[in-house]
Amino acid sequence: MAQGLLGIEGLAREEIQAILDRAKDFQPRDGQSFRKYDLLRDRMVVNLFFETSTRTRTSFEIAAKRLGADSVSITASASSVSKGESLVDTLNTLGAMRPNAIIMRHAASGAPHFLQRHLEIPIINAGDGTHEHPTQALLDARTILDRGAKLEGLRVAIIGDIAHSRVARSNVYLLSKFGAGIVLCGPASLLPAALKDIAPGVTLTTSMDQAIRDADVIMMLRVQLERQHEPGFSASEYFQFYGLRLEHLKLARPDAIVMHPGPINRGREISSEAADSQRSVILNQVENGIAVRMAVLERVMAGGMAGKRTDGATAH
Amino acid sequence: MARLLIKNGRVIDPASGHDAVADVWIEDGVIRGVGTNLSGGAGADVIDATGLIVAPGFIDMHVHLREPGFEHAETIESGSRAAAAGGFTSVCPMPNTKPVNDNATVTSYMIEKARRHAVVNVFPIGAITKGSAGEELAAIGSMKQAGAVAISDDGRPVMNARVMRRAMEFARSLEIPVINHCEDLHLSAGGDMHEGAESVRLGLRGIPGCSEDVMVARDILLAEVTGARYHVAHISSRHSVEMVQFAKSKGLAVTAEATPHHLALTDRDMKPYDSNYKMKPPLRGSCDVTAVLEGIVNGAIDAIATDHAPHPGSEKMQEFESCPFGILGLETAIGVSLGQLVHPGKIAVGRLVELFTTGPARILRIDRGTLAQGAPADVTIFSTDREWIYDVNKSFSKSRNSPFDGKTFKGGPVATVVAGEVVWRV
Repeated sequence: MAQGLLGIEGLAREEIQAILDRAKDFQPRDGQSFRKYDLLRDRMVVNLFFETSTRTRTSFEIAAKRLGADSVSITASASSVSKGESLVDTLNTLGAMRPNAIIMRHAASGAPHFLQRHLEIPIINAGDGTHEHPTQALLDARTILDRGAKLEGLRVAIIGDIAHSRVARSNVYLLSKFGAGIVLCGPASLLPAALKDIAPGVTLTTSMDQAIRDADVIMMLRVQLERQHEPGFSASEYFQFYGLRLEHLKLARPDAIVMHPGPINRGREISSEAADSQRSVILNQVENGIAVRMAVLERVMAGGMAGKRTDGATAH
Repeated sequence: MARLLIKNGRVIDPASGHDAVADVWIEDGVIRGVGTNLSGGAGADVIDATGLIVAPGFIDMHVHLREPGFEHAETIESGSRAAAAGGFTSVCPMPNTKPVNDNATVTSYMIEKARRHAVVNVFPIGAITKGSAGEELAAIGSMKQAGAVAISDDGRPVMNARVMRRAMEFARSLEIPVINHCEDLHLSAGGDMHEGAESVRLGLRGIPGCSEDVMVARDILLAEVTGARYHVAHISSRHSVEMVQFAKSKGLAVTAEATPHHLALTDRDMKPYDSNYKMKPPLRGSCDVTAVLEGIVNGAIDAIATDHAPHPGSEKMQEFESCPFGILGLETAIGVSLGQLVHPGKIAVGRLVELFTTGPARILRIDRGTLAQGAPADVTIFSTDREWIYDVNKSFSKSRNSPFDGKTFKGGPVATVVAGEVVWRV
C-alpha cells in the first residue's frame, strides 16, 4: 500500500516528531543555502498542481532537487484537465510514467484521498480544497519549535477565515496532538461551531482581543476571496475587526511570534507594521518549508518505498 | 391461466389484519383466497413458504428509473428487475427524466414502456411544474388521466411558495397528492454532505438540517391553507419529523416517507470522500437518525421508500464535490429495514409490512398492498433470518453506487410475484 502523506489528522504524534526532527538536519547553517544530497538519486517526483501556487510548488521542487530527485511540474492549465479528461484518468496516465511520488494540489477537498484509493503511487497532499495542507502545519510546527518552545501548553491563536482554511485544519490537528491550546477566531459566519469538536484543546471566539490575549503564537490566515461563497465583508470592515495591527501584540505574550502561511495581503488581514515587525517569523516559515518538505519526500520515497523498488525504477 | 399456491407461509396482510400461517391461492393474476389447507388444483405451481413471511406486494413510492433520457444509468426494465430482486412489486418513478415527465405524453410513454418491458408495476409520478423549473404548473390533470399517481418536482423543490400554493390547490381539486423533496436551495447551496462536525472536519460544504426544516414548515402551512394531501419525501431531520407529527395531530392530510439509508447510517458512517455515501438529503447526525427511527415507531412516518438513484461509475468516480447525489436502494431495502427496525425490536414485522404496503398504497390511493380476494396478485415473500451478502456487482441495476456493497444482511426477499407470475426468486 502506498504510504504518502494525505493529512495530519491520521498521522501519529511520533511520525510527526520524526519528520520535524529530520527537517532540522536539512535546515541551512549560517546563512548558507540548502545543502545538496543524493538521498533520492534515481527517484522521480511529479508536482501536479490543479490550483495556482508559487511558493508551495517552488518549495517542493527545491526540496526534491536538493535531495537529488528528478522533479517535473505540471499545472492544471498546461495539463489535459482542460481537455475534459477525468481526474482518475489524468492520475493513471501520470502513474504509467512511473514516478515514485506525486505531489498534488487540488481545489476539491479529499481529491488526493479519493485518488489514493485507486493509485499505487504515494500521493503527497500539497493542499486539498478546504480540508488539509499537511506540509504547511509541519513547517509551522518546525518554526515554532525553532524559537526554543515546546508545543505542549502553548497558546496558539489562529485568526481569519477558519471555515475555508486547510492551513487552520492541519494546524489544529497537529497542535492538538502535541497538547497545545488552540484558539480559533474569525467572523461568526466563517467560524462553524462544530470546529471545537474536531480535536481536543480547541476553543472558539469571535473577539480578536480575546484570541490574542496571552497568546504565544499568532497565526494569521489569508482572506480567501476565491473560496468565499457566503455574503462577504467589506475589506475595511474585515481589517477593522480581524486585521492584525501592532497594538494587538501588546495583548500577547512578550515573546509571542506572528505567523502567516502567505501570500500576505497587507492592509487586509495584517498591517505592514505587524508583518514586518520583529515578532514576525513569516520568512522563517518559508525557509522551513523546504527543510520540512525534504524530510517528507525522504520519508515517503526512501523510507516508505525502500522495500518496493522495482526493476523498472532503476531502468530509467 | 396459471394457478399458483403459496403454502405454509406466515401470511401478514395489514389491510385485513390477517397474521397467521396460511396458504395463498392465486389464479388468473388475482388473489383467490387466503386460508388453510387450500388446494390449487391440478397443474398449480406451488411455492413452499414454510418459515417465510408472505405479504402483499411491496410498493416503493420513490425511485428513479432514469428512462427516458438517462438509459446509461438505468432503464425501466433494469430498474424493474432490481425492484423485483428487492421484493418490490410496484415502483413509482420520479419525473426527473429527460424530457421531464411534466405532460401526459411522457407519462404514457413510461407506462407503455413498463407494460412491455418491466417485470413489476410502474406508477409514474408527474412533475409539479413545467420542466420542474418551479415556475409554471405542469399538465397535472392530463398526467393524472394518463396514470400518474402523484406530483413532485423531486430534487428540484418548488422554491416559490406562491407556485407551491397554487399547485396544492389544483392537486386538491384533482385528488392527487403533492410530494416534495424539502430543501431550501439557498440554505443548502453548494453543500455536499450534512452540515456538522464531520463536514467541518472533512472540509466539505454542509447541507444544514434547517434547509429541510424550513421547507417542511412552509409546506405544512400551505397544506393547511389549501387542504391538499401533502407528502414529505425522504424525511431526514429531527425537526421535520416533529413537524409532521404536529401536522398529523392537527388532523392535516400530511404524510412522510423515510429511506432505509437514513435509518441506518449517519454522517459519521460515511467513508471519507466516498461518493457511495453522497445523496440528498444527506446522511445526517445521530440525533436525526434517532428521530427518524422514532417517527417510524410512533407513526409520524407512514412509509419506507428507497429513493433508488442509479448513477454510472464514471459519474461517481470523481472528486467528491463533482459527484452526483444519490445511491441504489431497491435490492437492500428489506435487509436494511429488518436490521434497523425489526431485529432490534423497535417494531414488529407486521408494522414493517405496513410501511411497504398499506402505507404507500393509502398515500397514493392505489389498489395495491392487499391480499384481499380479487385484488391483483402481487405478493412479496421474504425471510427474516436468511443470511446473505449484498454484492453490488451482481445487481440487476445498471449502476453500482451502493454503500451497502459487501454487507451481510439477516433477512431479505425470497420471491416476488407480480400479477400471479413469479418474477424473481432468490
